[in-house]
Amino acid sequence: MISANLSAVFYLVSGILFILALRGLSSPDTSRQGNYFGIAGMIIAIVVTFLSIGNFSTSLTYVIISLVIGGSIGAFIAFRIPMTAMPELVAGFHSLVGLAAVFVAIAAFLNPDAFNLGIVGNIKLASLIEMSIGAAVGAITFSGSIIAFLKLRGIMSGSPITFSGQHFLNLILGVGIFVLIFYLCKTQSTNIFWTVIIISFLVGVLIIIPIGGADMPVVISMLNSYSGWAAAGIGFTLENTALIITGALVGSSGAILSYIMCKAMNRSFLSVILGGFGADNSVDETKDKKDQKPVKSGNAEDAAFLMKNASSVIIVPGYGMAVAQAQHALREMVDKLKKNDIKVTYAIHPVAGRMPGHMNVLLAEANVPYDEVFELEDINNDFANSDVAFVIGANDVTNPVAKTDPKSPIFGMPVLDVEKCKSVLFVKRSLSPGYAGIDNELFYKDNTLMLFADAKKMTEDIVKNLD
Amino acid sequence: MEIDPFIFRLSIFILSIFVGYYVVWSVTPSLHTPLMSVTNAISSVIIVGAIIAALASSSGSIFNTSSIFGFIAIILAAINIFGGFLVTQRMLQMYKKKKDKKK
Repeated sequence: MISANLSAVFYLVSGILFILALRGLSSPDTSRQGNYFGIAGMIIAIVVTFLSIGNFSTSLTYVIISLVIGGSIGAFIAFRIPMTAMPELVAGFHSLVGLAAVFVAIAAFLNPDAFNLGIVGNIKLASLIEMSIGAAVGAITFSGSIIAFLKLRGIMSGSPITFSGQHFLNLILGVGIFVLIFYLCKTQSTNIFWTVIIISFLVGVLIIIPIGGADMPVVISMLNSYSGWAAAGIGFTLENTALIITGALVGSSGAILSYIMCKAMNRSFLSVILGGFGADNSVDETKDKKDQKPVKSGNAEDAAFLMKNASSVIIVPGYGMAVAQAQHALREMVDKLKKNDIKVTYAIHPVAGRMPGHMNVLLAEANVPYDEVFELEDINNDFANSDVAFVIGANDVTNPVAKTDPKSPIFGMPVLDVEKCKSVLFVKRSLSPGYAGIDNELFYKDNTLMLFADAKKMTEDIVKNLD
Repeated sequence: MEIDPFIFRLSIFILSIFVGYYVVWSVTPSLHTPLMSVTNAISSVIIVGAIIAALASSSGSIFNTSSIFGFIAIILAAINIFGGFLVTQRMLQMYKKKKDKKK
């Protein structure tokens, strides 16, 4: 058994290792080393916890068994999961952190003695507040992440679910949680503790259902942040430095990502949370109206011809590429182009896909070197000097209306200037508008060629025609 | 007057938020997905609390209501720890520079 002071020092060390793990992600070169720091920090924290408890009873065996069960499930998932399923995997993992926080809080409430928090019915006031906040945030994270998971997985429709009085109900429940925590502190009643948790589960569901599919990058980041705050709340209860540091890191990390995502959509955080905007389903009336406008559509042969005669091509991937799993075919196409000495780069909009960095992971999976992939602000000036922009599965992030029409719902959103290219190839299944429900005027430009097909199929056809 | 230990923990908390703020802004956008999966893995350090809860069988019996919640929490957190770190590793392995691959 080691002293409380010594274990506190080790917890600090593991907290620092976690900071280094995040620091490593500043560049792909150092990122792998960073991940090892993270693993080391986790091992230290777990080992120190065992050592600080000391008197190993028979229950130690069960702890090890639980660890092995959980570890095997986790490892199995990690090796089997396809990269395209990353957003729902992350959402699923967030829900587990949330639920674990709830369970630890419950365990501490039922057996405060084990955590040095007082005795049942007379738990220290500060601890009680901390654990109920931890439990409430954990419960919201859990149920919210489950809804996000179901939406991303397609089990639940991605379109927002709204009803009248929704925000008012959320407000009442939110205030209710605080009132209940206040009474919990006065009465130490077990029933109130359970009620707080149940209402929090409900709030989690209610705040995520009105948010539409395309706003998912913000939701995932936000839940990431919540899971951190829940961990920090529990960290205060357990007086554990590693947990407090980690909770703060994760909480601020998720908050920054949400901010970046909101900014990339030019929407306020509040309007995303209030929801009801990101419908996946296209609006029929706009479609009917636009069908009359002339559109130039082509086939794989035309596209191959255009690209073969270009000297530089910029690829703009979007969620459609992920859905069609077209990243490998795309890489093949790019390889062929490169053999003909055509310069190819990739342009990624921050909200392309369903989670931050979604496109980058898919391209990396297809062995695209990361130094050929550029972010919006780094590549946007290059469109004017390029011959072909190949837009695959993206839509709203290329819509010039965001720069020209102040009435448009996406006005002010930073977009990729694909229209400045000499010609634009648009791989898309139909002319339907994107999530914002607005038409993309790029479709009707003279230098745009629409390629109506599934992204993967079209790319494969182009590859054949490049020979 | 003595300072309440809570204030020390609060200081650590606030300072860590600042550290997190600056560290996360320096993360390259192309690694935002691994960032989410690794933060997920490290927040499962909550397993520490789960282990304490599970091992606290002061009453003599291994399984009481409190410790059962502890055991379940260990399983949940362990899924996250192993799943989170391994999937992050898998992703990071894929990020390669141009020369590594061909030419």
